[in-house]
Amino acid sequence: MSMTSVPTSMRMNQSTARTCRHRLSIAVLVGTTCAMTLANAQAADETRSLTVYTYESFTAEWGPGPAIKTGFEEQCGDCTINFVALDSSAGILNRVQLEGKSSPADVVLGLDTNLMAIAEDTGLLSRSGVDTSALELPTEWTSDTFVPFDYGYFAFVYDTEALPEPPTSFDELIDASEELKIIIQDPRTSTPGLGLLLWMKSVYGDKAMDKWQALQPHILTVTKGWSEAYFSLFLNGEAPMVLSYSTSPAYHMEIDETDRYQAAPFSDGHYLQVEVAALLKQSPRQELGREFLNYLISPEAQASIPLGNVMYPVTDLEDKLPASFDRLITPVETLQFTPEDVRDGRKSWINEWLEASTGS
Amino acid sequence: MSTRWPWWASGTAALLIIAAMTLLPLAAMLAQAGAIDWQGIANNTYLLRVIRFSLYQALASTVLALLSAIPVALALSHKPTFPGRSLIVSLFSLSLVIPTIVAIYGIVAVFGRTGWLNEFLALSDIKPLAFYGLPGILIAHVFFNMPLAARILLNSLESIPADNWRLCRQLGMTPWTIFRHLEWHRMKHQLPALALLIFTLCFTSFAIVMTLGGGPRSTTIEVAIYQALRFDFDITLAVSLACVQLLICLSLMALSTVLRHDNSMGFDIYKMGQNSKSDTGQDDPRQGLWPGTTWNLIHGGILVIGIVFVLLPLLALVLSSFNGKTLSVLLDTTTLSALSNTVAVSLTAACLSVTLGLALLQSTRHLRIRLARERMGQWLQLTGNIILVLPPLVLGTGLFLLLRPLADVFSIALILVIMINSLMALPFVLRILETPMMNAASAQDRLLRSLGIQGWNRWRHIDWPQLRKPLALSLALSATLSAGDLSAIALFGSERVRTLPLLLYQRMGSYRLEEAAVTAGILLLTCLLLFAAIQWLIGGKERAGN
Repeated sequence: MSMTSVPTSMRMNQSTARTCRHRLSIAVLVGTTCAMTLANAQAADETRSLTVYTYESFTAEWGPGPAIKTGFEEQCGDCTINFVALDSSAGILNRVQLEGKSSPADVVLGLDTNLMAIAEDTGLLSRSGVDTSALELPTEWTSDTFVPFDYGYFAFVYDTEALPEPPTSFDELIDASEELKIIIQDPRTSTPGLGLLLWMKSVYGDKAMDKWQALQPHILTVTKGWSEAYFSLFLNGEAPMVLSYSTSPAYHMEIDETDRYQAAPFSDGHYLQVEVAALLKQSPRQELGREFLNYLISPEAQASIPLGNVMYPVTDLEDKLPASFDRLITPVETLQFTPEDVRDGRKSWINEWLEASTGS
Repeated sequence: MSTRWPWWASGTAALLIIAAMTLLPLAAMLAQAGAIDWQGIANNTYLLRVIRFSLYQALASTVLALLSAIPVALALSHKPTFPGRSLIVSLFSLSLVIPTIVAIYGIVAVFGRTGWLNEFLALSDIKPLAFYGLPGILIAHVFFNMPLAARILLNSLESIPADNWRLCRQLGMTPWTIFRHLEWHRMKHQLPALALLIFTLCFTSFAIVMTLGGGPRSTTIEVAIYQALRFDFDITLAVSLACVQLLICLSLMALSTVLRHDNSMGFDIYKMGQNSKSDTGQDDPRQGLWPGTTWNLIHGGILVIGIVFVLLPLLALVLSSFNGKTLSVLLDTTTLSALSNTVAVSLTAACLSVTLGLALLQSTRHLRIRLARERMGQWLQLTGNIILVLPPLVLGTGLFLLLRPLADVFSIALILVIMINSLMALPFVLRILETPMMNAASAQDRLLRSLGIQGWNRWRHIDWPQLRKPLALSLALSATLSAGDLSAIALFGSERVRTLPLLLYQRMGSYRLEEAAVTAGILLLTCLLLFAAIQWLIGGKERAGN
């Protein structure tokens, strides 16, 4: 690098010659960058395009999403449904909270009864204007913000080949040998995860935290959403039991034609989840959103629920309900907190869970 | 001839930009912190456990990394000449360029539940070893920091004068006495600063803990901030965690000043590596001090273990990225848009970072050389290291609070990511450019002034030829770092805007391992190509790094 040995004039000539290439390369770099940024900035802003935030398994090709999208688009003619699959169900609420009033979503689909009061308190939702009086639900429906579109009971689903004798209550699960592993979901991101938290709370009350601590050795892992727990881990044999729904075995009985995966009936009772959809206040497409919510509870859309979302439909499908639904377990007792109870308790219960999960 | 800017113009501009990018978000965050019930925070067991785990895993990682690096460095120093030695030494600096999340994929493929190691153990009916949680975090931290520590220690061993080695031989010193009186003596001066460096890196580590942490049981402050914001929308918790992180980073920084550690993040070794005399003649004075087959076996064994540990994950990654899904992932629109986002972020962040770095150095050079205000120049330059005190997740939290009322932060994700990434690369840029910038000036400053060569002419004819190689290196490195970063995009990314690291994280998170492997391969290739292409385009023929 010693420059003193080279006459300055010579050096300059060399470097001037190089400058061309240098300028070219800078131009290439800058050009590429600009082109790529522009390509990404294309925003689809159509007045008849409805953006629906939901969770991954709803939009999967085997899920109810594709059929509902096609059905609704045929019905409305010129509109399109744009499903946005977020990586977890409770994550839908977090996302619209994070985005606030500038959220591009029109409809949220996949929150549940437990999150209703919390979601309503954000002030981000508008009244649905949908008549829900004719729906068949195991619980009375009074909310005029949320539209229920399916329901089910949380249950541990087990692999009969790996676990011939599953526990029949939380006590049995906790006292089982440490070999018995379960996969659960994070109550902060997933509605089943939150469901388990509330299920334990309704069974154990003030002792719930101790029981969570006692359950720790059985928890193989805590996933962010239901899909990775069920499909990626449980069905790949990573653990013999997973937190899911009492309805899950129906899918395996109908589609896979196997009785291998069953739900374990718990003598404590099972916690009820009603899944809901709602309109966002800031959406300029209230009317289209309302149409969609109405379609969601129509018999046509509901027909894709039993084997698409593997939950109970909210309308009577009569003979269209798959036969396997008669072979599912019936909870001895239905457990449920009111949305307001969950709103008031959730933060401290999640803290309890975090504390129990971080160990001592 | 254009009008000349005053010497302080560029530095002040850079300073203002950096301040705007950091102090505004910080202020937004502290404004929120005022409303926090700190009494309650002090009693929040979860928070205390997260802090304790962050410190504990960083300490354990540091100890393990140093304990494994010392034998490797000694073995390399004891065998000054053998074929492939310089290759090993460069392999050990590869971990600087490989994106963390890519290496994590390789580590999972080797040590994970269904990885090579457990498959091998299954042959002899040994139960799979636990991996997610603390074991995984420690393995990954050692993977990244053992090579770094080994190279820094090797450098200090190589700086032992030849006379000392000859003296050892004349005195007939045994290997143990040599270690005690010469080698350990030399290394122990390096150790505190080195340990602090590794501790800081592990303490603020994000991608590793987020991917391998396995639930709330093993969460560090950085990851807890991310979770508080993205899982729970708990701004209070996020801000209080960020404040704690800020305090601890400040203390670490202060401690490093006391230890005279230079905050180079270990990057100095890149420069030292270039002039390390690894392939000197056969008559190295160290030859024959560790005689016999036993020593050969020990040295060989240590080196083989070290190399296998570093190489295996990379091998696993390369092999697994060719699978049944390779073509479909390559042609997938999600992958392609993530790829273009990655390249755009990386090049823009690199340009921004290098521009800021040059602007700062232009003014500090003036301060230090012409005005002889050494201390002031150094202070100005230190502002470029602000990201070390304000880690990406803390800065991100602040940006989030600042911008959320104004806009949908997810739609401007790329801009925010570019900002954070450019600040993350800035310490490296400053480190690489500092010496060449000073050299270019101090040697010829008077001469050039008397000849009246200044401004653009001076830059073009004097600075540029001398600086193009370090410039190319700093651009290449900051582009690579930005392309591989997960922390900023994890906070601001969504299904609308993804980069390859985020896509890889998501594919790993949903256990789509084949797709993840291909994504990791693409990201690795992108980084290597960016690194090589920038150096080739800008660095000129005799480019740096050769």
